[in-house]
Amino acid sequence: MADNKMSTRDLRAYFHKVEALHGVTLGFAANRVTAIIGPSGCGKSTLVRCLNRMHEVVPGASCTGQVLLDGEDIYAPAVDPVQVRRRVGMVFQKPTPFPTMSIEDNVAAGLKLNGIAVSRAERDRIVEESLRRAALWDEVKDRLKRPGASLSGGQQQRLCVARALAVEPEVLLMDEPCSALDPISTARIEELLLELKENFTIIIVTHNMQQAARCSDFTAFMYAGDLIEFGETRQIFTTPARRETEDYITGRFG
Amino acid sequence: MTPTKSLHSRRQFFRKVKSDVMVGLTVLATVVAVAPLFLVLGYLISKGAASVNWNFFTKMPAPVGQPGGGMANAIVGTFELVGLACLFGVPIGVAAGIYLAENRGGVLAQAIRFSADVMMGVPTIVVGIFCYAIVVRPFGGFSTLAGAIALAVIMIPLVTRTAEEMILLVPHELREAALALGVPRWRTSLLIVARTAASGIATGVILAIARVAGETAPLLFTAFGNRFWSTSLFQPISSLTMQVYTYAISPFADWQRQAWAGALVLTVIVLALEFGVRWLTRGAAQVAR
Ligand SMILES: Nc1ncnc2c1ncn2[C@@H]1O[C@H](COP(=O)(O)OP(=O)(O)OP(=O)(O)O)[C@@H](O)[C@H]1O
Ligand SMILES: [Mg+2]
Repeated sequence: MADNKMSTRDLRAYFHKVEALHGVTLGFAANRVTAIIGPSGCGKSTLVRCLNRMHEVVPGASCTGQVLLDGEDIYAPAVDPVQVRRRVGMVFQKPTPFPTMSIEDNVAAGLKLNGIAVSRAERDRIVEESLRRAALWDEVKDRLKRPGASLSGGQQQRLCVARALAVEPEVLLMDEPCSALDPISTARIEELLLELKENFTIIIVTHNMQQAARCSDFTAFMYAGDLIEFGETRQIFTTPARRETEDYITGRFG
Repeated sequence: MTPTKSLHSRRQFFRKVKSDVMVGLTVLATVVAVAPLFLVLGYLISKGAASVNWNFFTKMPAPVGQPGGGMANAIVGTFELVGLACLFGVPIGVAAGIYLAENRGGVLAQAIRFSADVMMGVPTIVVGIFCYAIVVRPFGGFSTLAGAIALAVIMIPLVTRTAEEMILLVPHELREAALALGVPRWRTSLLIVARTAASGIATGVILAIARVAGETAPLLFTAFGNRFWSTSLFQPISSLTMQVYTYAISPFADWQRQAWAGALVLTVIVLALEFGVRWLTRGAAQVAR
C-alpha cells in the first residue's frame, strides 16, 4: 500500500440523510490507471467526487471517513478544498468548455481564474504543452483564438482534459469521459490515458467493459454503494473472486 | 357503413369551422393588442414630427411667446439622470442578483427576493415621495442626485431579478467545471457564471433603463425640473418627461407642439433601447447554449 497516491478509508457519502456510499476502503496506485465500474446508480460518480471534495458542492451532500492524498487526509479541518482540487483534477462526462472563452483561454482558464500571473510566453508554452498532452494540439493549433464551443464533442472533451492538465494536477479523475464520444475520439482518449499515466495518477469511471479492460491497471467493481471487488484488471476480468462481479462483466445484470 | 362515414365528415366539418373561428379570434386579439402601439406612434409622429428639428436638440427652451427654442437641457438631463441611476443601480442590482442566485434557499435571499418583488409593484410616485423624504428634505433641496437615486431605486429590483434569472440559466456543469479546476467559489461565480450570463444581464439592464427613462412622477418630487442649463449634481435638473408634462399642460400652442416633439423623441429612445435588446439577445442564445 506504500505506493498508493490516494486512498479512502471507510468512506461514507450522504445526500441529505440518504447514504449513497456505505464505507468504501480503496487504494489508488501512483502512476497507474484505476477503473471504477458498476451499474448505474451504484455510487461511482459519488466516489470520485469525494476524492477532490466536489461532492460537498451539491447542496445537502456530506461525507465521513478519510480520503488520503500522499498520506494526508484531504478532509482534515485545516485543508482548503480549493487546494485539493488543484492537486486532484477532474474531467466530467459532458464536455464543459467555458462558452465565453477561446480555445487557448479555456486551456489557460485554471491559471487565469486563479489569478496566477504568468508571462505571455510561459502561458503560450503551458497552452501548447497541455494541448499536446491531450492530443489536441495538431487539430487546433491554427485556431487557438476560436471559441472553445466551436469544436466537436470529442475535441471539446480533449480540450477539457487539456484544461485540467494545465494546472498540473497530480491525480486526474475522469467520470465517464467517453460516454458522449464516437469510437475514434474514444480511442484517442484511451491512448491518452496510457501516455498520461507516466506523469499522473488516473482514476476513470466507465460503463464500457472493454475500455476498462484495455486501459486500466486496476479495476474496482461497485454495486449499490458498496465496493464489491478490487484487484488487478486482468484478474478481475479473467478470474473474478465474487459472483456479482462475474455476472456484471459478462453482462448478466447491470 | 355510409351513415358513420357521413357523420365522420360532418364532425370534421364542424371541427374545421371551430378551428377557423378560433384562429380568427386570436388574430383579432393580436390586432387589438398591437394596434395601440401603432396608433400611439402614428399619432405622435403626426403631431410631433414637424417640431423635431436641429433646434429641438440643440436649443434651450424659449420664453413664452417667443418662437423656436428646444429641449437641449431636458435631453441632456434625461441622459444625466438615467446615467447616474445606472451608476448606482446596476452594480447594486447585479450584485444582489448574483447573491440571490448563489444562495437560492437562504433566509436572507428569500427576504431580499420578496422585497424586490414587492418593490417592483410599488407605484413609482411612492418612490418619488420616499426619496423626497429621505434625500431632498435632509439635503436641502431638489437635485439631480435625488432624481437619480429615485430612478435607481426603481431600477434595482428589476435588475436584481433579471440578473438572478439569467444566472440561474447558466448550466450547473460550468460552475462545477470551474470549481474542479481549483477556482475559489467567489471567482467562479463572478468570472464564469456571471460572465456567461453577462449578455442576459445586459438585456435586463437595458430594459430597466427603458423603463426609468419614461418616468415622470418620481422626478417631480426629486429632480423637480429646471428651465435652465444645469450640470451640477446638487441643482434641480430637467428631463424629457418633466418637460413634456410642463409643456403639455401649458396653455400655449407653441409649447404644446414642443411637448409632442418631446414625447416622440422619448418614445423613439425607448423603442431604440428595446430593439437594441432584441439585437443583443439574438446573439445570447448561442452563448448560453
Ligand atoms: N444530487 C443528488 N441528490 C440525491 N441523491 C443523489 C444525487 N446524486 C446521486 N444521488 C444518488 O446517489 C446514488 C449514487 O449516484 P451516482 O451518481 O454516484 O451513481 P453512478 O454510479 O455514478 O451512476 P451512473 O453510472 O448512472 O453515472 C444514486 O442512488 C443516486 O440516486
Ligand atoms: Mg455517474
